[in-house]
Amino acid sequence: MGLNIIVCMKLVPDPEGPADSFSVDAESKRVVVHGLPPVANPYDENALEAAIRIKEAQSVGDPARITLLSMGRNLSRAVVLKAMATGADDAVFIEGEPFEAQALDSHINATLLAATIRRLDYDLVLTGRQAADTNSGQVGVGIAQLLGIPAITVAQRVEIIEGTVQVERVLPDGYEVVQAPLPALVTVSHEIGDLRYPTLTAIRTAKQLPQKVLSPSDLNGELSSNGLVKRVALAAPSRERSCAMVIAGTPEDTGRELAARLLADRVL
Amino acid sequence: MPEKIIVFAELEDYACLTRLTLELMGLGARLASEFDGELDVVLLGDGIGDAAGELASLGARHVYVADHPTLQTYNPDVYLEVLKRLLQTESAFTLLAGHTPAGQDLMPRLAFALEAGLVTDCVGIENSSPGDGPVFIKPIFGGNALASQVVSTPRRIATVRARVGTAPEPTGGGGELVALDPPTIEPLVKTLDRTTEDRGVKLEDSRVVVSGGRGMGGAEGFQALDKLATLLGGAVGASRPPCDSGWVKASAQIGITGKIVAPDLYFAIAISGSSQHLSGMSEAGKIIAINQDPEAFIFKVADYGAVGDWKLVLPALTEALEKLLE
Repeated sequence: MGLNIIVCMKLVPDPEGPADSFSVDAESKRVVVHGLPPVANPYDENALEAAIRIKEAQSVGDPARITLLSMGRNLSRAVVLKAMATGADDAVFIEGEPFEAQALDSHINATLLAATIRRLDYDLVLTGRQAADTNSGQVGVGIAQLLGIPAITVAQRVEIIEGTVQVERVLPDGYEVVQAPLPALVTVSHEIGDLRYPTLTAIRTAKQLPQKVLSPSDLNGELSSNGLVKRVALAAPSRERSCAMVIAGTPEDTGRELAARLLADRVL
Repeated sequence: MPEKIIVFAELEDYACLTRLTLELMGLGARLASEFDGELDVVLLGDGIGDAAGELASLGARHVYVADHPTLQTYNPDVYLEVLKRLLQTESAFTLLAGHTPAGQDLMPRLAFALEAGLVTDCVGIENSSPGDGPVFIKPIFGGNALASQVVSTPRRIATVRARVGTAPEPTGGGGELVALDPPTIEPLVKTLDRTTEDRGVKLEDSRVVVSGGRGMGGAEGFQALDKLATLLGGAVGASRPPCDSGWVKASAQIGITGKIVAPDLYFAIAISGSSQHLSGMSEAGKIIAINQDPEAFIFKVADYGAVGDWKLVLPALTEALEKLLE
């Protein structure tokens, strides 16, 4: 049998959207998003790209099978099908009211995903290094911990070599090559490169790929656990500062004036 | 109930406490006093007696030290074993770690191993919700909102950004050094090789950062930034577009998908100010922006602004500073 790769993908409001598309509702302690479509979490797209490259690199044996796993209240089929069309073989969706992203903390997220993965055949689980909405960065490692498998974080390259996963792991001043036996989980970083575009034909036929939908009743036990982290308040960031504009005749004068000002104000 | 605050200390060059570790000691001492608790610290490494001694003088009651050759470089499985053994005997604590590569990798493992609630990337920790323990403040949605969170489990873990705490003055007081048993497990995750590049001053540790954006127009522009950075003993960074275009290395990227920096001084050259970039640098001490567009959002978040073509403004600025700083 070929290698089974599971890629976890969260849908998030487009993180590249302008700052004024996000507002804070202090009363409900929720971030309200205006007019931004959901997109696949960019790091999770990197994870899918890593999976496709592993599949492509294989020259012998049964081809790897890539399963896309996504969880949410109401998953945009346009987004998940487009992701599937880049190279997934099938998909599992965990869907329903209780899976609303802002209602779940990292611990429940990891618990629900791990419970689902446990029911599937898997050799390698790939996730993004963090989600663009919560910026939490704990679900991937949490899944591994709950499944009892080794985890490697922040990958810029992922390869399967003789039953092990070999990873280039990003360091602040370079990278290290680390290895773990399969099954394993790897969280992927943007250094690996963007997810490829699907072909039009692949997008058209993606909906025929096998899909399985799990509903809240399939995960009753896991949903009954309380979160470990509770939001008690939400505020808009106060980033604005009062900016002293340095104005002079020519751009060169402006540069010199800025230098003088920084020294006069003892900023330097 | 008194809080037990524990700091996870980190070293650079295998020997010296990082600046962030010192800041965490200050933050830990503040929380210990606000919550009528005690401060402990744990340090892992090899040949680390001096650093452990320094921690003992910084207000810690206990300095837990695991000093062993297998702990010289970070390994997730080995570090997890040592910390788990120490902490599983503690029923309630707040563990503070830096939001560093090791902190980001290790703390989620520890949190899930100990059923502890974890808040990552904290920009503040307050005593503002009586009875709930510390309130952990972190940016979410790319820094477009700040969430205040409490942890309902008696074991709590937080990873904390630079500049949240203030490094304490040595008290001269002697914390008790407690030796931890060396690790015994054979790690599943093994490091085969490490490739590091000499990058001069590290972005994250640098007190001055000079960054360029899309408006730099190409790789050549970054040499001008390098000149100013070198003059001020700083490092060069970038917003996302120059990294995506290959003008600079991906490791120079500052923002939610790159590095998070909090230097004393941040120069934003030809950077418009997307939220994804701002969330990586808005904690900087002073922000100086140069941009051709007077309406650029960066001026709203900067302390000093200059409107003009960076190709003309920046060399004049650098040259003038060269003379003035002589």
